[in-house]
Amino acid sequence: MLLVVEQFLNGLQFGLLLFLLAAGLTLVFGIMDLVNLAHGSLYMMGAYFAATFAAWTGSFLLGALLALGATLVLGIVLEMAALRHLYGRDHLDHVLATFGLILFFNEAVRLIWGPAGLALPLPAWLTVPVPILPGIHYPAYRLAIIVVALLVALLLYLGVMRTRIGMLIRAGASNREMIGALGINIKLLYTLVFGLGAALAGLAGLMQAPILTVQIGMGENILILAFVIVVIGGIGSIRGAFLAAISVGMIDTLGRAFLPNLLRQVLSGAAASTAAPALSSMLIYLVMAIVLVVRPEGLFPANRR
Amino acid sequence: MKALTVSKAVTALMLAGLVLLPLYSQLSGNIFILTLFTRIVILALAAASLNLIMGFGGMMSFGHAAYLGIGGYAVGMLAQEGVGSGFIQFPVALAASALYGLVIGALSLRTRGVYFIMITLAFAQMAYYVASGLARYGGDDGLTVYKRSDFSGLINLSNRTQFYYLCLGCLFAVIFLIWRIVNSRFGLVVQGLRSNEQRMQAIGFPAKRYQLVCFVISGMMCGLAGALLANNTDFISPAVMYWTRSGDLMVMVILGGMGTLFGPVIGAVVYLLLEEFLSQLTEYWALIMGPLLLLIVLFGRGGIMGLLGRLNRG
Repeated sequence: MLLVVEQFLNGLQFGLLLFLLAAGLTLVFGIMDLVNLAHGSLYMMGAYFAATFAAWTGSFLLGALLALGATLVLGIVLEMAALRHLYGRDHLDHVLATFGLILFFNEAVRLIWGPAGLALPLPAWLTVPVPILPGIHYPAYRLAIIVVALLVALLLYLGVMRTRIGMLIRAGASNREMIGALGINIKLLYTLVFGLGAALAGLAGLMQAPILTVQIGMGENILILAFVIVVIGGIGSIRGAFLAAISVGMIDTLGRAFLPNLLRQVLSGAAASTAAPALSSMLIYLVMAIVLVVRPEGLFPANRR
Repeated sequence: MKALTVSKAVTALMLAGLVLLPLYSQLSGNIFILTLFTRIVILALAAASLNLIMGFGGMMSFGHAAYLGIGGYAVGMLAQEGVGSGFIQFPVALAASALYGLVIGALSLRTRGVYFIMITLAFAQMAYYVASGLARYGGDDGLTVYKRSDFSGLINLSNRTQFYYLCLGCLFAVIFLIWRIVNSRFGLVVQGLRSNEQRMQAIGFPAKRYQLVCFVISGMMCGLAGALLANNTDFISPAVMYWTRSGDLMVMVILGGMGTLFGPVIGAVVYLLLEEFLSQLTEYWALIMGPLLLLIVLFGRGGIMGLLGRLNRG
C-alpha cells in the first residue's frame, strides 16, 4: 500500500515535470511551427543556472528565481539571435539547426562548468518527510514539485485561455498574417512565447536538479520523452500535453516499479530479470505505437489550419 | 551545356581519391588515415541509405542510427554465441534490419511531417534502451567482437586494406543500387509520392506500400553499414544507436546535398574530416561545429552539391 501510494505520487510528480517541458515544446510548435530540439538544452541550462546561483546566494529559493529569470533571458536571446530566422523554413532545417545548438550548449557547459556534474543541495525545510495519509510520509520536496507544477499548469491554462495576451497567442497560432495585419507586433509576440517556453523548460530543469545530478546531456533523454508526449497528446495542444504527460509519467514510473515483480510471476526469475528493464523502458514507446495506430493525429489534436 | 560540370569533376576526384587511398597509406606509412577513412566510408554508406528515404522518398527519418546498432549487434551477438561465419552474420544483420524497418515503418508511416521525425526518433531511442538492457551482451558497456566476420578465405577482414576495399565495394554497390532504384518505375513512384502523395494515390498507387518497401530497403542498407562498423571497431555498444548519431547521419546527407546520388558521400567525408580536424585543434570542437551547422542550414541551401551546381552556372 505504502509503495503503491508512493510510486503513484512519484509518477504524478514526474508526469507534471514532463508537462512543463512538453508544454513549452508544444506551444512553440503550435504557434511558431518550429521544431526545437534545443528545448532540452534550456532544461539543462535551467538546472546549471540554479546550481550556480544557489551556490552564490546561499539560498535555494533565490537561486531558483534567478535561474528562472536567466533561462527566460537566454530563451529570448536565443530566439532573437538564431531561431527567429528559421520560422517558415522546412522542419528538417529546424531539426538540423537546433541539433547544432545542442552540440553548442553541451560543449559550452563543459567549457564553463567542467565535465563533472554539479549538485544542487536542498534546504533543510524541504527535505523533511510530510505525512500525507495516516502512516504514509512523502518527501516535502517532491510534494512541492507537484504543487508548483500544478499551479503553473493552471496559470498557463488561464493565461492562454482567459487573458488578452493569451488571446493574441491563440490568434497568432491560427493565422499569423491576419493578426499581423491587425496591428499586433507578431515578432515580439513570438519572442515572448519562446521566452515563456524556455522559462518552463528551465523551471522543469531546476526542479529536477536536486533529485538527479546536474550534468551535461541531462536534457536529451527527457526531451525524447517530451516528444513522445507531444505526439501522444497532439501537436500544439496544451490540454493534450497535460494529459499525455501525466499518463507517460505514471506509466513509466509504475512500469519500472512493478513490472519486474509482475514478470517474475509469469516467467522464470532469470528471464524476468533480463526482460524487465528492457520491457519497462519500452513501455511508453509501446503506448505511443498503440496511440498512433488508433489515432495518428494524437489524442487531442489542436484544431488548426 | 558543358560536358564536365564542377560537381561531376569533384565527385570523380573524390571517388578516385577513395579508391587510391590505401596506396597512399602504404607509401606514406600513414596507417591512421586508412583507419579513419574506413570509418568514413562505412558512415558514408549509412548516409547514402538515409538519403534514399530522405532525399528521394521525402521521409525524414531521425532514427536511422538504430540500424547501425541492429546490424552491429547481429554480428556481435552471433560472434559471442560462437557463430563466426560472415555468410551467416551478414544475412542475419540484413534480415534483422529489414524486420525492424518493416515494423517501425508500418507504424511510423501512419504519420507524416514532423510527427514522422519524432516517431522515428522515439523508436530508435527505444532500440537504444533495449540494447542497454541486454545484460547478456554487455548492456550499457557494449560488446567486444573478438573475432571479425569470417568469410572462409574469400576475404580477410582483419587485413586493413582488404577490409577497406570491402567497405568501399559495399558503398559503390549500394550507390549503384540506389541509382537503379531511383530510375526504376518503383523509384519514380516513390519520388512522385514525395512531391504529391494525394495525386499519386488518386492515380491509383498504394502510397504506404511503396513508401514502406523503400523504408525497408534503406534500413537494410544501413544494417549492412552497421555490420561493417562492428567489424571495423571490433566493438558494438548502444552508443552507436544514440539519437545524436542519427542526427550526425542527417547532417551528412544535408551537408552533402539531399536527393543527389553522391551528395551523402561528400557530406560524410567533409563532416567527419571536419570533426577530426576540429577535435585536433581544440578539445571543445563541438563549440565550433554547432554554430557551423546553424550557418549551413541558414545559408547553405542544397548542401555542397547545390553549391557546386551554382558554381557551375555562375
